[in-house]
Amino acid sequence: MSHDHHHDHGDHAHGHRHPNQPDHDDALTYYRKLEMAVRELLIEKNIISADEVRKVVEDIESRSPEGGARVVARAWSDPQFRQALLEDATAACTSMGFEMALYDVKLTVVENTPDVHNMVVCTLCSCYPRMLLGLPPAWYKSRAYRSRAVREPRAVLREFGLELGDDVSVRVHDSTADLRYLVLPMRPEGTERMTEAELIAIVNRDSMIGTAIVSPPIE
Amino acid sequence: MSAAAAIATHAFQPGQTVHVRKVDSLGHIRTPHYIRGSTGVIERFVGFFKNPEELAYGRSGEPRCALYRVRFVQSQVWPDYSGAAGDTIDIDIYEHWLQPVNPS
Repeated sequence: MSHDHHHDHGDHAHGHRHPNQPDHDDALTYYRKLEMAVRELLIEKNIISADEVRKVVEDIESRSPEGGARVVARAWSDPQFRQALLEDATAACTSMGFEMALYDVKLTVVENTPDVHNMVVCTLCSCYPRMLLGLPPAWYKSRAYRSRAVREPRAVLREFGLELGDDVSVRVHDSTADLRYLVLPMRPEGTERMTEAELIAIVNRDSMIGTAIVSPPIE
Repeated sequence: MSAAAAIATHAFQPGQTVHVRKVDSLGHIRTPHYIRGSTGVIERFVGFFKNPEELAYGRSGEPRCALYRVRFVQSQVWPDYSGAAGDTIDIDIYEHWLQPVNPS
């Protein structure tokens, strides 16, 4: 986009230079250099194209937890969709219009019930249902969460503000392979008359990772 | 055709008890260390996927491997586990890391 920049703010004459804003570039770390070098080599060797890289980056950056919230709200509102979602989440989300083809993994939705609370982690790296939630939060990728979520999930949940009784089983999912997990949280009481659009607004990201629940809306 | 035949079967069924091989293997392994040597139950057969241990080295990943979700009881995985008896952990594990356990 061309940007005609006529500097003429009222009577403010421009005989001087604006001080430059400091650059906000991230540090050029070892791994960033490594990524750039490998990417440029792969492009040079025609294994991938710059356009493919751009397409994937743009796609990931276009996703956000609102996508997952739409899926959850639909499942709460439509029992048939809920059933389809639990059986084949990739197909069910495709039917809602989500583009899933870029993600060569099997999306799997696990449902919270009064007896079972599900919680997702990837101990090996940071596998995450990006197609529905976008990029994972920093804590999800941290060593502390990845190691503690499997070993002491209840202590981790407590730190997130969620205290579960012993009558609820905590079911941790370590996404180590080709599955990506999304938690279907329980629909809170008092939301029976809410529309699907209203429900979307109350579904928080962490409830779909399993480190939170969905609270009833505050009147 | 032979490739198709090779992927047509998988060894374990839901409910079956399995043991995770306890080996220190080099390379790109998706079976977490903490679960090697543990015994769990097949929760479901997921499908056939390219072998990540091969894919990581630029190879084809074929033939594809059977992948399962295996459920483990937390108190058996961690001797000092402090949560409830019903707490479990599900892990996605490829068939070549699993061995059958005969019910005694």
